[in-house]
Amino acid sequence: MPEDAKSPTPPGGQPHAAVPAKPAGPAPIPWDSPTVARLKSQYGSGVQEAVTYLGQNYFVLDASITAEALRILCDEEQFDYCVDITATHNPSREKQFELIWILYSFARNERIRVKTNIADGDSFPSSVSIWPTANWLEREVFDMFGIKFDGHPDMKRILLPDGWKGHPLRKDYGIIQQDQEWVQINLGIESGQ
Amino acid sequence: MLDYITSYLSSNTTPGQAGNVFWALVYIMIVFGGVSVAVMAMNWLERKALAHFQIRLGPMRVGPHGLLQPIADAIKLLTKEDIVPAEADKFVFWIAPLIILCASFTVYIVIPFGPTHAITDLNIGILFMLGVSSLSVLGVVMAGWASNSHYPLIGALRSSAQMVSYEVAMGMAVVSAILMTSLNKTGTGTLSMIGIVQAQQSQQMWFLFKFFPLGFIAFGIFAIAMVAETNRAPFDLPEAESELTAGFHTEYSGLRWSLFMLGEYAAMIAVSSIAVTLWVGGWMRPFPNWLAGETWDLVFSLIPGFLFLGLALIAFIGVVRMPKHPYFRIQTIGLAGFGAVLALIGLVLFVPPVRDRIQDIFWFVAKVAVFMYLYIWYRATFPRYRFDQLMRVGWKVLLPVGIGVLILTAIMGVLV
Amino acid sequence: MGDQITKDPASFISHLELDQPDKTFLDSNELIINMGPQHPATHGVLRVILKLDGEKVLGTECVIGYLHRGVEKIAEHRTYTMFNPYVDRMDYVAAVSNGLGYCEAVEKLLNVQAPPRANYIRVILTELNRLASHQLWLGTHALDIGAMTPLFYTFRDREEILKIFEKYCGARLTTHAFRIGGCLYETYDGFEQDVKKFIDFAPPKIDEYEELLTTNRIWLERTKGVGKISASDCIALGVTGPVLRASGVKWDLRKAQPYAAYSEFDFEIPIGTSGDTYDRYLVRMEEMRQSLRIIRQAVERIPEGPIMAKVPKVIKPPVGEIYHSIEAPKGELGYFIVSDGSTQPYRIRVRPPSFVNLQALDLMVRGQLVADVIAVIGTLDIVLGEVDR
Repeated sequence: MPEDAKSPTPPGGQPHAAVPAKPAGPAPIPWDSPTVARLKSQYGSGVQEAVTYLGQNYFVLDASITAEALRILCDEEQFDYCVDITATHNPSREKQFELIWILYSFARNERIRVKTNIADGDSFPSSVSIWPTANWLEREVFDMFGIKFDGHPDMKRILLPDGWKGHPLRKDYGIIQQDQEWVQINLGIESGQ
Repeated sequence: MLDYITSYLSSNTTPGQAGNVFWALVYIMIVFGGVSVAVMAMNWLERKALAHFQIRLGPMRVGPHGLLQPIADAIKLLTKEDIVPAEADKFVFWIAPLIILCASFTVYIVIPFGPTHAITDLNIGILFMLGVSSLSVLGVVMAGWASNSHYPLIGALRSSAQMVSYEVAMGMAVVSAILMTSLNKTGTGTLSMIGIVQAQQSQQMWFLFKFFPLGFIAFGIFAIAMVAETNRAPFDLPEAESELTAGFHTEYSGLRWSLFMLGEYAAMIAVSSIAVTLWVGGWMRPFPNWLAGETWDLVFSLIPGFLFLGLALIAFIGVVRMPKHPYFRIQTIGLAGFGAVLALIGLVLFVPPVRDRIQDIFWFVAKVAVFMYLYIWYRATFPRYRFDQLMRVGWKVLLPVGIGVLILTAIMGVLV
Repeated sequence: MGDQITKDPASFISHLELDQPDKTFLDSNELIINMGPQHPATHGVLRVILKLDGEKVLGTECVIGYLHRGVEKIAEHRTYTMFNPYVDRMDYVAAVSNGLGYCEAVEKLLNVQAPPRANYIRVILTELNRLASHQLWLGTHALDIGAMTPLFYTFRDREEILKIFEKYCGARLTTHAFRIGGCLYETYDGFEQDVKKFIDFAPPKIDEYEELLTTNRIWLERTKGVGKISASDCIALGVTGPVLRASGVKWDLRKAQPYAAYSEFDFEIPIGTSGDTYDRYLVRMEEMRQSLRIIRQAVERIPEGPIMAKVPKVIKPPVGEIYHSIEAPKGELGYFIVSDGSTQPYRIRVRPPSFVNLQALDLMVRGQLVADVIAVIGTLDIVLGEVDR
């Protein structure tokens, strides 16, 4: 494998000169900026991490303060364009779901990510009142992960049919699994497989 | 009996005026047959011309260069299942296309193919034409109603609103032209179709060029209004596929649908005939006064023959360019036969007795054919008007301009 | 649509009250009409439920998901290289852009740079694809509005681009042109000649389309003032791409956050003023010409060199995550990739421009007529493969 740092010693011969160790890959470095400072001063330990990795900045915030922090970011820090809202499921962690907002500021030409962790079954306040684009984006997060957003005007599935059971992007949903009951009722066939 | 038949031949009026039922029937057969052939040819031309506008070929397989395509389409439509919607009103559903068809075809009894070549010459000819062609609106509404489904109903109501609006504008333009017929010594005009063309002949000017640009504007109004009247592009929102309301003929299939199409094409030919009669000089050859005299008459009378020989030449060039493969043998033979028929017709048209009689009919049909081509050209080029814009054009643009032209024509007529 | 956006979420949704069986067609003034998944003008399987008052649209609701194939779930069970062909099939009209975004995102994650020659080849193919995508958009949009002929003209001219793609990578539509680390295929013999021939062939054709439509009275009436959206509404709704630019915001990711050699080219970003359909049409026509400009500059100075960076055979990015977005023909196409150190991505999220742009449909057609709904769907330039993934 090319990653191997050392070449094997040839049989019966002198060992090669040691191949220099592979340079360390990119590592997350702490991120300092007026935005970070402002949020830290406001929320203190609510800002769990503020990191730059591969040139991209992100915060990890505590779930309780994230809704407010998003509003501050939009209204006062000029992050008026919500690029994406998505989630990740990590069953091995205690707080299984990680919600991610990707925000962009036209004025500053700067893109940041805001992340927070919530537990299975928790709901989260909706960002629709901050960015109207969150409407469909949060519906998709609900559809794929089952995370409900409070205050969303239209919390229902978007990509999957309305009566579908299960949330596919969770790690415990098999890749070829389907809601057989829905298929049988609505398509009239035994199985979709 | 034989006297009855031959007595007409020596008269120089139309059968209707002469009161000769036999010849009237013969003329009706000829016109009916001619219009049917024209509709089939128009179908073929539309598909081919539209395709060539869109850099593709159009029908090529069914008969050489798709010449038998209309026949194939007719057979297909005849053999299709006749679906009648379950909750539809059966009688109305059946009669709606017939009304449209009758309205469109009845108009042909006054269309003048020549000074005596018409089935009859009512002295209110133009009024009769406008009135009877309006009856097709009734058929459209009946078709939409009988389908018992709200999309066709909305489409039918839109279609009928459009047709009615543009009839008003058409009327204004027509009245301008009628006014021009009264610009003679006695100061009386005429509503008869043959009389209108004879007025143009005596005034030695096509009404298109009369009081330029008034005649031209009136013609323009009529030309736009007639496209809207027949629900053709760019005024075909009620029957467009990509719009929501699918048009009054959605629920019709097979033969009934083909009756709608027949009625539509017949109406197109009918309104084009009105335009030709009123403004473009009817059956007169180009430049009857400027290039007058025996020799010029002879030259112009040779044109039909040359035209058909030219078409035969195109057919033979097509024969030469056919692929030399056994599969194409029948098509090559067919096209050669078609070319031979065209050449034969051309040669026949050189024979003096035929030549003289065919003149008027030929020029009339040629002018109507130009209008038919324009219809296809519009369809290929223009996007569609939205319905409210369509109505706005009819009421707020064409009608005021039409009234203005009418008033100005009257003023000019008094002054000049 | 005024310039002040309301943050009230309810104003961006119209509740359609679909579950009222007692109201019949003739009872109320409002009519609920379904523009079903099968429709000639919905550019794919899109269902739009309209609430009408006569001809006026009171509100719409889009039902999507008919083309949902679970691409993000599939990604978690494929390796990075194996996922590359899946990416083309999302926005199948502009497959090369999708591939570019994905390959660049993974390259960022691996912290490698594609060599300059690869970047130039990527730019040339991506801009050709932008041109092809806009040509397809123009043809279908004109067809919806009723002009049948531009469709055939644009598809004929698009053939030349697809021929270049076929000669380059073997496929016309789902090209899979790029690999992680650069390009797999070297440019074929005659690539530069073909591209140069195309650059000379295309501008008169674009002029032909403009001649048919730009000053056509009926086109102007159908598109001016239709589907207006203000700049602040666009930003609030996350709309990007030509829609945003036609509303007056001069923002293009190729200039704001350049990627893949775009910083070396000189081109302009067309913007519109009033944010209506006509401005979007003009913006896209001008973008076609600017794409030709970029291609001309690129093909004249393609550097020599390798086309593939040193990327390990088995791609195992270190633990971390990345978000990378590019300016696809439809808007901002983004890839958010979370890696857990193994050969299979832990999560790939595709931020589709068409999905977010389609949200704006409701706002854009409210108060307009039914025939305008079709024009607006066409002008948003959505591809359902991308909306549903």
